[in-house]
Amino acid sequence: MQPVEQRDEVEMLSLMLLIRRFEERASQQYQAQKIGGFCHLYIGQEAVVTGAVAAVRDDDYIITAYRDHAHALARGTSANACMAELFGKETGCSRGLGGSMHFFDKQHHMYGGHAIVAAHIPLAVGLAFAIKYRGEDRVTLCFFGDGAINQGAFHEALNLAALYKLPIVFICENNLFAMGTSVKRSTSLRQIVDRAEGYDIPGEIVDGMNFREVRDKVAEIVDSIRKEPHPAFLEMRTYRYRGHSMSDPASYRTKQELEKYRLDDPITRLRAQLTREGKLTNEQFDLLDRRAKETVLAAVKFAENSPQPPLDTLYDYTYANGSVEPARHRPGEPARAQFEQGPSPNKNL
Amino acid sequence: MREITYRQALNEALAEELERDPNVFLMGEEVAEYQGAYKVSHGLLQRFGPRRIIDTPISENGFAGLGVGAAMVGLRPIIEFMTFSFSLVAFDQVVNNAPNMFTMSGGQFNIPITFRGPNGPAHQLGATHSHATENFYASVPGLKVCTPATPRDAKGLLKTAVRDDNPVLVLEAELLYSSKGMVEPPDEELLIPLGKAEVKREGSDVSIFCYAQTVPLALKVAAQLEEEDISAEIVDLRSIKPLDEKAIFDSVAKTHRVVIVEQDHPFCGVGAEVCYRIQKNIFDALDAPIIRVSQEDVPMPYNERLEKAVLPNAEKLVAAVKQVCYA
Repeated sequence: MQPVEQRDEVEMLSLMLLIRRFEERASQQYQAQKIGGFCHLYIGQEAVVTGAVAAVRDDDYIITAYRDHAHALARGTSANACMAELFGKETGCSRGLGGSMHFFDKQHHMYGGHAIVAAHIPLAVGLAFAIKYRGEDRVTLCFFGDGAINQGAFHEALNLAALYKLPIVFICENNLFAMGTSVKRSTSLRQIVDRAEGYDIPGEIVDGMNFREVRDKVAEIVDSIRKEPHPAFLEMRTYRYRGHSMSDPASYRTKQELEKYRLDDPITRLRAQLTREGKLTNEQFDLLDRRAKETVLAAVKFAENSPQPPLDTLYDYTYANGSVEPARHRPGEPARAQFEQGPSPNKNL
Repeated sequence: MREITYRQALNEALAEELERDPNVFLMGEEVAEYQGAYKVSHGLLQRFGPRRIIDTPISENGFAGLGVGAAMVGLRPIIEFMTFSFSLVAFDQVVNNAPNMFTMSGGQFNIPITFRGPNGPAHQLGATHSHATENFYASVPGLKVCTPATPRDAKGLLKTAVRDDNPVLVLEAELLYSSKGMVEPPDEELLIPLGKAEVKREGSDVSIFCYAQTVPLALKVAAQLEEEDISAEIVDLRSIKPLDEKAIFDSVAKTHRVVIVEQDHPFCGVGAEVCYRIQKNIFDALDAPIIRVSQEDVPMPYNERLEKAVLPNAEKLVAAVKQVCYA
């Protein structure tokens, strides 16, 4: 494992492009009704997960809420498996059983994909607990939105993490809106990061539109945590360009506000930095972008051509190792089936 | 075999599983330094240390979720709720996270967690502290629910629960913690499978299906009925989910008459499910309509006389038996 600072920034830019193009294509496929349910896009926030993941090891744990496509992609889940999950296909990263809000990838230490706001923050604390219990030097990155900070689960989890001194970075992706409610209308504090202070957890505000700042800040904190386990809190100031979900036109904010943030686009910003430093030409950038688009188009094709999960596997993923006969109350089900298998003391049965 | 209390049996089960598997830990309110609100974890802190016997703040949602997260990476947490009435604060973790994870992740993450603690009405604790939660939890796919009534079952079921690769709720009977019973010696491994009912008393005239705190009640009533020449078979379900249909049907086929005595509420209660399965599968074996005896459909009053009126009792059970026996 090379030191994180050495990770190729061009590669990280390429990842941000992949996320952006993936989400754009997901949006299009959603409108084409290839994707069901809810679908929350990450466009605008790419620097947060990319920067954070660039700062940790592949065997560190990450867990997030429902705006999770980017987190799986950043962790190394293939665009094919992600798109197939959106299409509800067997080849999806959760076999088509999770959907947009429940991406999981055990191999890449991506622990979901959780759709109840803040309910995964205690889980994240459990992941960190396991790290400390086993005496490992891993770290857990727990991502959540600004909407999560007013849930009880958030507060209980922060207190537990601080009390038990667990190796976890709470990463609040503050995109200014919990669905349609602005932080100003939801939160009594002036700054979200001050929530951490209430639990004696060190916290900082980070420019979440700046890849390098995110990466460096996470790297610094993770380094400190590996030396001596403790929780930390980062408030990433970011912005989502799209509505809360595909069904939200985001009429609660102005075009001017959106345009202001677009000028600060995380991809444009890293590209400009790299170009200025002579590390990236326009031609190279165009090539990266073209590759990202091709990967995503191929993923759509893969998802379309993938099989549905077979109907006869319906009961296969309720209990590990089978063992519980499900309550099948469907009409047409032969009665007595179970009973007839066993010896009956009554011949009339 | 030797006689120990229900509380000691649970304590032995915890100690044996902690000893056997380093991935097992016990977490909950007052489980360590206080030695357990009901002394079930007595002595475990001294024996296994604070790394594995862990006190929590009063944060059921937080520590239940912590357990689920730790189980995602292979630990086998035992999460104690001081009472299952308090598990309602953690309902989201127990219902939404623990049992859904295996499905939602397409089979990548099973959750080998045990939630345990006292369940059901105790004595004059009022509405908030008297919940019998078995029917809430048994209705959730992905959860398993067991309800031991004797020290032997308490030990054997808890040990099995800890070894299960799924979330299992061990709903202990608060009023039975001090009750005594015969249990195998500690050097003899005692595992009782989930989904196996036990005939606690053989009979031929009527089957009484019961579990947890209603088992001693049913046994008492059976002795009383014997004097009136009614032979009651007492079948302790032991597990609500999985449910031992075969044991239920076998007994019904023998007696043809059924009373279900449950400690939860009547509406959508455990007995409703048992009743449905009996009539669907062996309708012809029944000689009388099934009767259920449960709590009354009201929040639990504090007043002692009213509380007694709400709970299943001998009088109600005897009346139900006589009704199905046309006696």
